[in-house]
Amino acid sequence: MFTAQNISPELTVEESSSDIWIPSPYVVADKHVENDDLVTFVYEPASEDILDPMQPGQFNMLYAFGIGEIPISVSSLISDHPRITHTIQNVGAVSKACCNMRVGDQIGLRGPFGTPWPVEDAKFKDVIIMAGGVGFAPLRPVVEFIEEYRDDYGEVNFLFGTRDPHSILFHQDVISLQSDPSVNFQITVDHSFSNWRGNVGVVTTLVEKAEFDPENTVAFVCGPEIMMRYGAYSLIDAGVDEENIFISMERNMKCAIGHCGHCQYGPLFVCKDGPVFLYPAIKNYLNIREL
Amino acid sequence: MSKSEVHKYRVSTEDLQQIFKALSSKDYQNIGPIQRDGAIMLEKIQSFDQLAAGFHEDLDKGVYRLSQKNDGSLFQYTVGPQSFKKYLYPPRRKLWAATKTGNGFNVEEGDQPPAKMAFWGIRSCEIRAIEILDRIFLRGEFSNKWYEKARQDLFIVAAGCTKPSGNCFCTSTQTGPAPKGGFDLSVVEVIDKKNYFILEIGSEKGQKLVNKIKLQPASPAEIQNADKLLAASEKKMSKRFDPEEAAKILMENPDHIHWNEVAKRCLSCANCTLVCPTCFCSSTEDITEITGDHTERWLRWDSCFNGDFSYIHGGQIRPTTKSRYRQWLTHKMSGWYDQFDSSGCVGCGRCITWCPVGIDLTEELLAMKS
Ligand SMILES: Cc1cc2nc3c(=O)[nH]c(=O)nc-3n(C[C@H](O)[C@H](O)[C@H](O)COP(=O)(O)OP(=O)(O)OC[C@H]3O[C@@H](n4cnc5c(N)ncnc54)[C@H](O)[C@@H]3O)c2cc1C
Ligand code: SF4
Ligand code: SF4
Ligand code: FES
Repeated sequence: MFTAQNISPELTVEESSSDIWIPSPYVVADKHVENDDLVTFVYEPASEDILDPMQPGQFNMLYAFGIGEIPISVSSLISDHPRITHTIQNVGAVSKACCNMRVGDQIGLRGPFGTPWPVEDAKFKDVIIMAGGVGFAPLRPVVEFIEEYRDDYGEVNFLFGTRDPHSILFHQDVISLQSDPSVNFQITVDHSFSNWRGNVGVVTTLVEKAEFDPENTVAFVCGPEIMMRYGAYSLIDAGVDEENIFISMERNMKCAIGHCGHCQYGPLFVCKDGPVFLYPAIKNYLNIREL
Repeated sequence: MSKSEVHKYRVSTEDLQQIFKALSSKDYQNIGPIQRDGAIMLEKIQSFDQLAAGFHEDLDKGVYRLSQKNDGSLFQYTVGPQSFKKYLYPPRRKLWAATKTGNGFNVEEGDQPPAKMAFWGIRSCEIRAIEILDRIFLRGEFSNKWYEKARQDLFIVAAGCTKPSGNCFCTSTQTGPAPKGGFDLSVVEVIDKKNYFILEIGSEKGQKLVNKIKLQPASPAEIQNADKLLAASEKKMSKRFDPEEAAKILMENPDHIHWNEVAKRCLSCANCTLVCPTCFCSSTEDITEITGDHTERWLRWDSCFNGDFSYIHGGQIRPTTKSRYRQWLTHKMSGWYDQFDSSGCVGCGRCITWCPVGIDLTEELLAMKS
């Protein structure tokens, strides 16, 4: 895996014996501050050691020098491979170190890992994308993909719930989605400010504003676990077949390759069996407390 | 090797010494059971005499006692707190290191896999445990290179268990007491006026090693003696549990009230996971020099009983002992089938011996059944 010129020569090992624990060096090529605690980065390879192309829903392990490593989903696939886009929320030690990086700084990446959103299989169907907060980030490549192949999809609904108007991420996307007649974009906030004229309430309340043929609809759901649970209920209530609902789970992850045990969810490994799961595969576990 | 090729030999302690020396001369690091701090420990040994001799054990729930007799025996105890896992998958290992360079950093190699190892006196249950670890670390999409190398170079001298402990239940898990495959050489110790061993060769590697040593074929009576001891050993194990039934019970009972009962006793100390030969959970650790210019990434054993094991931003997924014990047992006995096509328990009894409050998983399963 390592053929990098900036890596000590004795580490140049054969392709077949590459060590999956060793990150590939990438540098920050572009940085965009989304809001108070969210930053979008575009990384590019710092060597010839390049990760495989990513699919919507997959994630990388991001390593910040001396601090640690965290799982982060790909948040755009528009930048051409081998560039990689991630959007990171500053919540703790590693995410903070990542968010503080500047253009030119080096990061370590391992990946891509995990199951993708099945965007190809959703073609010729109506689509509901349901996102809560930062859950927008892993779903953004889905939106991009659908927009690129718009004619291949039926009705497209994007239901987005966020904490308050200040926490809206991807402003440019939101503005263009709002003015895009081919997408039914609905947004709601949990807490409003006096100048907010939009919907207030949880994201599940937006299902009734969606346009779709329940018999022929695929739904992609990502957000806090409780939101995904109720999101799935509301979609099923609206007639969507549970076999067409996909959910992206989050668990502590140290390895991303099924070796460390941290991400276990019932008999599943979120890192390799997920993070994107078919709803029926996990619905029983969603109801068990402290699983 | 096909059945017809299986030859058994009657070997003496001196013959085993020859085998030990042959392994050393072929650059194997011999590793075997020795006695230290009142327990059977697994350590690198330079001479055959270091092997624990004459030891017998008395194990019960939360109880481990060793005693010594002058009978020259070598394998009349079962397993101590350690398993050979620690040599294939060390408790701590440096994955890699990195040094700062301007805006970036250079990555350097971590710890290298050990030279060739030979495991002495490894029990059948533990050979099965290694096969389970193989499935975790080698058979998935990604392979653990360190483990792979250590495993490839491994030489296994197994010992059949003729004197199971009070906590063993390998007859239930069908993982013992007689080693069935997975070894290079295997011995069954027969205690007699002069102790002898029935040696079986399990691989070409094993055959090659003993080629130069003059071995005496075992007589039918001697082979029968060893077989009788193994059959008697099965009868001595009183714990009973049915792995497939356990898997089903656990899968169906995440909310069983009995979890509350176990949680009242369990200390969440993680002993059971640390002594278990199949527990594989790990964490990463970053250690940075005070100057901040050099950092190391370490892999170390972790346990699902530890508080921060399940932490995600906002809190722990499993804050209670109840949820942790349930995770441990359900994963080991049930989820393991979905993940690796077998139970995660090989019936070695270590978690029963080393639980400070004497929790016995076979009893907990019985309690949940009723
Ligand atoms: C598959 C997957 C995709 C993700 N995608 C994104 C994304 O696109 N953008 C984003 O901002 N966040 C994402 N997250 C969440 C992100 O990984 C956590 O916010 C991050 O690990 C927090 O680490 P920290 O060191 O900054 O926080 P601390 O609170 O200091 O965390 C300490 C340690 O706990 C673990 N941890 C804490 N929170 C989480 C968590 N939510 N998930 C997993 N491990 C955690 C990590 O190992 C971390 O190093 C994703 C998580 C998963 C599992
Ligand atoms: S669960 Fe207990 S008895 Fe089973 S293999 Fe692990 S330590 Fe041995
Ligand atoms: S079961 Fe026993 S050994 Fe395991 S964590 Fe609980 S108290 Fe410790
Ligand atoms: S993150 Fe290590 S097993 Fe899934």
